[in-house]
Order: sequence, then structure tokens, then C-alpha cells
Amino acid sequence: MMIAPIEAGMTLVYQRPDTLTPVPTHYCPGCTHGIAHRLVAEVIDELGVREQTIGVAPVGCSVFAYRYFNCDFAQAAHGRAPAMATGLKRVNPDQLVFTYQGDGDLASIGMAEIIHAAARGENLTVIFVNNAIYGMTGGQMAPTTLAGQRTTSSPSGRDLTTQGYPLKISELLSQIDGAAYVVRRSLHDVVNIKRAKKAIRIAFEVQQRGLGLSLVELLSSCPTNWRMTPEAALAWIKDEMVPVYPLGDFKLPKEA
Amino acid sequence: MTGYVTIDESLCKGCALCVTVCPKGLLQLARRFTSKGYQLVELIDPASACTGCAMCATLCPEAALRVYRTVKAA
Amino acid sequence: MKELLRGNVAFAEAAVRAGCEAYFGYPITPQNEALEHLARRMPELGRVFVQAESEVAAINMVYGAACAGVRAMTSSSSPGMSLMMEGLSYLAGSDLPAVVVDIMRGGPGLGNIAPAQSDYQQMVKGGGHGDYKLLVLAPATVQELIDHTVLAFDLAERYRCVAVVLADGSLGQMMEPAELPPLQPLRPRPSWALTGAKSRPPNVITSIHLDPEEEERFNHHLQAKYAEIKAHEVRLVEDRLDDARLAVVAFGTAGRLAQTAIKAARAEGLAVGLFRPLTLYPFPEAQLRRLAERVEAVLVVEMNTGQMLEDVERIVAGRAPVSFFGRTGGVMPMPEEILSVIRRCPQLCQEVAR
Repeated sequence: MMIAPIEAGMTLVYQRPDTLTPVPTHYCPGCTHGIAHRLVAEVIDELGVREQTIGVAPVGCSVFAYRYFNCDFAQAAHGRAPAMATGLKRVNPDQLVFTYQGDGDLASIGMAEIIHAAARGENLTVIFVNNAIYGMTGGQMAPTTLAGQRTTSSPSGRDLTTQGYPLKISELLSQIDGAAYVVRRSLHDVVNIKRAKKAIRIAFEVQQRGLGLSLVELLSSCPTNWRMTPEAALAWIKDEMVPVYPLGDFKLPKEA
Repeated sequence: MTGYVTIDESLCKGCALCVTVCPKGLLQLARRFTSKGYQLVELIDPASACTGCAMCATLCPEAALRVYRTVKAA
Repeated sequence: MKELLRGNVAFAEAAVRAGCEAYFGYPITPQNEALEHLARRMPELGRVFVQAESEVAAINMVYGAACAGVRAMTSSSSPGMSLMMEGLSYLAGSDLPAVVVDIMRGGPGLGNIAPAQSDYQQMVKGGGHGDYKLLVLAPATVQELIDHTVLAFDLAERYRCVAVVLADGSLGQMMEPAELPPLQPLRPRPSWALTGAKSRPPNVITSIHLDPEEEERFNHHLQAKYAEIKAHEVRLVEDRLDDARLAVVAFGTAGRLAQTAIKAARAEGLAVGLFRPLTLYPFPEAQLRRLAERVEAVLVVEMNTGQMLEDVERIVAGRAPVSFFGRTGGVMPMPEEILSVIRRCPQLCQEVAR
């Protein structure tokens, strides 16, 4: 049976946001991309800006984000979303332009583009989904992979001497004057998801006020490539990722 | 009953995050599968213990849950 | 009214006049004057100018602005064009209009900053990955550089394709009297553009077609577009070919140098003419094929090691012998050199020996 009848007198207090299309996603069961998409859609709904929002989807598991958001969308080459978004925003200054990028995209091939979009103080919002791995291509090491973490291209665990150190993107970008709002949140439990949503809302509001680049880094899971259940993956974020990538506010707008 | 949830069968992937997060343990993996082969989740609430806290919906990556709650009149 | 204009400034201002709303560039010699001119002019007119962090970023900014339905442009030189190849493939794969100006220089690698024509194959064959073509215009004078830049915007918009103005460092740097067109108004946004889904369903611009049959259909759509372009947009200059026994085939600056040599050759009584394509894609194939049936020999002159030569050989298909003269690496073939090659042409030598 599909949906049970509701008791008389109850109020619907939560349903799927309008800014999400009715299309079932291709993401793995338990993947936090779904939560991140939902939060962005809820914020767009609450701000009432669906008709003036343009998203840019990168290469990565979320390359098909344009199927799931009910707003104008462009698909970017790997790492190039901040440059593409710059072009889009500069000629559409009244639209809200956001990019939605993974760590393999933003922190690797896209490092120059994100740093310079921040340096130019572009009025963009960047949703940065950090799950410490390349998901779409089958679980290779990413710049944000943790020391000792096993991936398909660090099969013995990430060796810092030959494979380098995890990149702390929020800390890095917070040093840039043109970056107005840089925060790191997590999606591993209800409390943190609610905090993440608040941050995403502020990020969009920072763009509305034209204060510069806003970025919300979301510690996320990849149950499939981490070889864990969805539940265990969320626990791994809390136990292993948060100590390396501390949650907090790294840059706040100067304006009161 | 002060709360109730429904699960959209076309969206649920049986990831069971809602099952683990429900503070009252009212959600369970069902014995039924969706047309895509995912094991469905269902609400089992014989004692009407659901408060409509919406923690399940907060965790759901598919936005497959609808949450109902008895809201007291002002 | 004509004014003395430097090539790079001319094409930059021509873009402004043609209603270019957004320019994204990066410094690279020998086209920097264009970037600098637009850095001043675009803000004057309330339009968009960004010096990007790289050519990779610049072409992707063009990609973004093109998605928004505005006339957008970038310019670069050979090493920078290589960096743009990914972006060009994406633009083609997304059915987007854009204008790109390539002021070619010596290569490969970092090469030098002197003029060359060694990007012919890169630009005319597409350059990036996948089955696509760029519309390529080849000016030889500052006036043509202006006219082709304006034309590039119109053609790019009409066909939703990338139009390239393929020039070289000498054309970018030289100063000549030329006339700029009047300032055109900005265009309205087309209905497919990303402008915010207000009172309409969302627009999505992507080059992904996961299903192979869908990808094949998209490729057929691109090929149909190129067939239209081939049918309607061929442009060329034919000079002194009516009674020519030797046809010199050359584009851009090489064509201009060859023209000087041909004038001198004619003065010596040699029956030689110039076939100068203005569009390298679509190449004037039918016209060249007909010409090859009439003349006794074809001489290709280029500032490279023989790139357009391959297309000419293919098109001529043995109807007449094809020979080649080229200088490369930034060396320009002087008219006297071209003239001495013309004089040595065996088919003409028979007549001269008489």
C-alpha cells in the first residue's frame, strides 16, 4: 500500500521542497549528497528565490544535479564551475548563482578557479561537498583523503611522504580577502544537519547582500567507496573527519 | 497520536538512516521492495508514540518522508 | 571614417561595436593590447570585463556568459589556445555561441612571440576532443580583422557555434587605416538562455548524453548544423585567377605577402593568381576543386610546415600538381622569396623558357 491515510486534525509539517524535482536521484542509498541537495532546495524555497537562481553542476557524482533542482542549471567541466559561475553571475547580477562541487572537483583540478573566484570577491555561493574521496570514478584518493585512508589509488593507506597531506579548504580560502563567508559544517547527524542548513541560508543571504564569495564546506559520506553502511559512514565522519577538518566559522562578513 | 510519517515508495532507497535516527525506534525496514529493488522503510507505531519530531525527515537523503504533527491551536 | 588602428585594438573595439557584452581574457603576447583596450572600454559602457587567472578560466567564463545568452568573447595566442581546447569542446557540445580570436605565434611549446600560422589544424579541425568544428575566419588586413570580428558574432549567434577569428602576431601588431562600424545595441537574451526560471520551466545547458544513441543523435544534429554552415557561409577572395596557370593558395598574412609577389610576377608576364580563403572552415572546397581543373599547378604558401597544404592536396585530389612553400617559427615569407618560388614553378618555367 502506498501512503496511509492521515488522522484528522494533523498538520503537514514537513514535505519535499518545491525546488527539488520529483525525479529519484542516482546517488547511492544513504549518500549525503541527497541531504545536501535537500538543504539547498529548502533554503531556496524559504528565501523564495527559485525563479532567480542558477546552479552550476560540476563533474562528480553530482554532475546530474541539474536533474534534481527545479531551477536554471548549467553543467561545467571538471573544476571549472567557479569560472563558469563568474561568467554567469557577471552578466546576470540579479540572479543568485551557486556552484555545487565535490572535493575531487574543487580541491584538485579546480583549485585555481575557486581561489581566484574568491580573490575576485565574486558574489557566488559555493556548496562544497567534502567526502574525502573521488566518488564517481570509483573511490580514488582525493586531496582531502585522510592520512592512512585506503582508497583505490592509495591501497596501502595514504602515505603522507609520497602522497601528500590533506588539504584544508575552508582554512585556506578564509585567508582570501574576497571571501566573505567561509564555514565548515557536517551532515553526520540531525543537530549538524540543522546547523548546515542555517549556514547554507546565510551563504545565500551573503550573496544577496553582495558581500563576496560565500562557501559552505559540508563534511559528507561516501558509503559505497568507504566500504561502509550509511550509518557507519556517518559515524566515520564524526570520528575521523571532524578531528582533521574541524567544524566552525573561518570567515564571517565584516558587515554587521 | 501527535505525529505521523509517510514514505514515498518511488523515492525510498532503504538506506535505513531514518530507522537508526528515530528516537522511538518506530521505523523499520519492511519486507517489501520498491520497483527498483530497494527494501522499503515503514512506520510501525501501534502505540501512537510518534511525536512528529521530523528527525527522520532531517536525515533522509531522498526527501522521501512527509511528517505530520498535531499542532495545538494558538 | 578611417583611422589608424593597431590590429589588436581594432578587433577589440570591433567586438564592442558588435555588441559584445562580456570579455574574459588573460595576458599573452602578441595580443595584450586587446585585453588592455577592453579593460578600459567595457567598464566605460557598463559591460563585463574580467582578467581571468588563466586561459582555462577565461574560456570557462565565456562558457558561463554564453549560457546566459550574451555575446561573449575571449582572445589569446597559440599556447593559450591550447589551454582553451577543453572549453571549446564544451561550448560546441552545448550548442552555444561564442567568439574567440587567436593571434597566432611561433611554436610548438612556448615558441616565441613572432607571427605564425601554425594553429591552422588545431582550429580548423576543432582542436579539442570530439566530433565538432569551429567556424574559422582568416583576415589578412586590419579592416578584415574588424569585419571578421563583427561577422563572427553574427555567425556564432545565427548557428549557435563558436566562431574563431584566426589572425597572427603581425596582424595584431600592425597599424593600418581602417574603419570601425557604428556601435550596435546589445541583444536581448534568447529563450534558451539561463536567466532565472521566472514564469517558465527551467533551462538546462549540458553536454552530457550518457545514452550512446542519444549522443549519436546529438552529433548528427551538430553535423547538420555544420552542413548548413558549409552551404551558406563560404567566403573567399579570388584575384587574377581567370587566366592563371599557377594558383597560389594562401590565407591571412601569407595571402597578403603572396599577393605582393603575384603582382610582381604578373609584371614579369607570369600567369599566376591568388586563391585566398576567408573562411578556413567552411573551406571553399567546391571553388578550389573547379580551379584545380583549370590551372596547371597549385602552390600553397603558409607560415607553418604545411597544414592547409593537407586540405588543399585532399581537395585538389591530383587534378593539378600541388607544391608548398612555407616559413615557420615566426619567420615570415617575404614577397621576394615567394616570387622566386613562383618563377621556379615547372609549369610556368616552360612558358618563360619559350
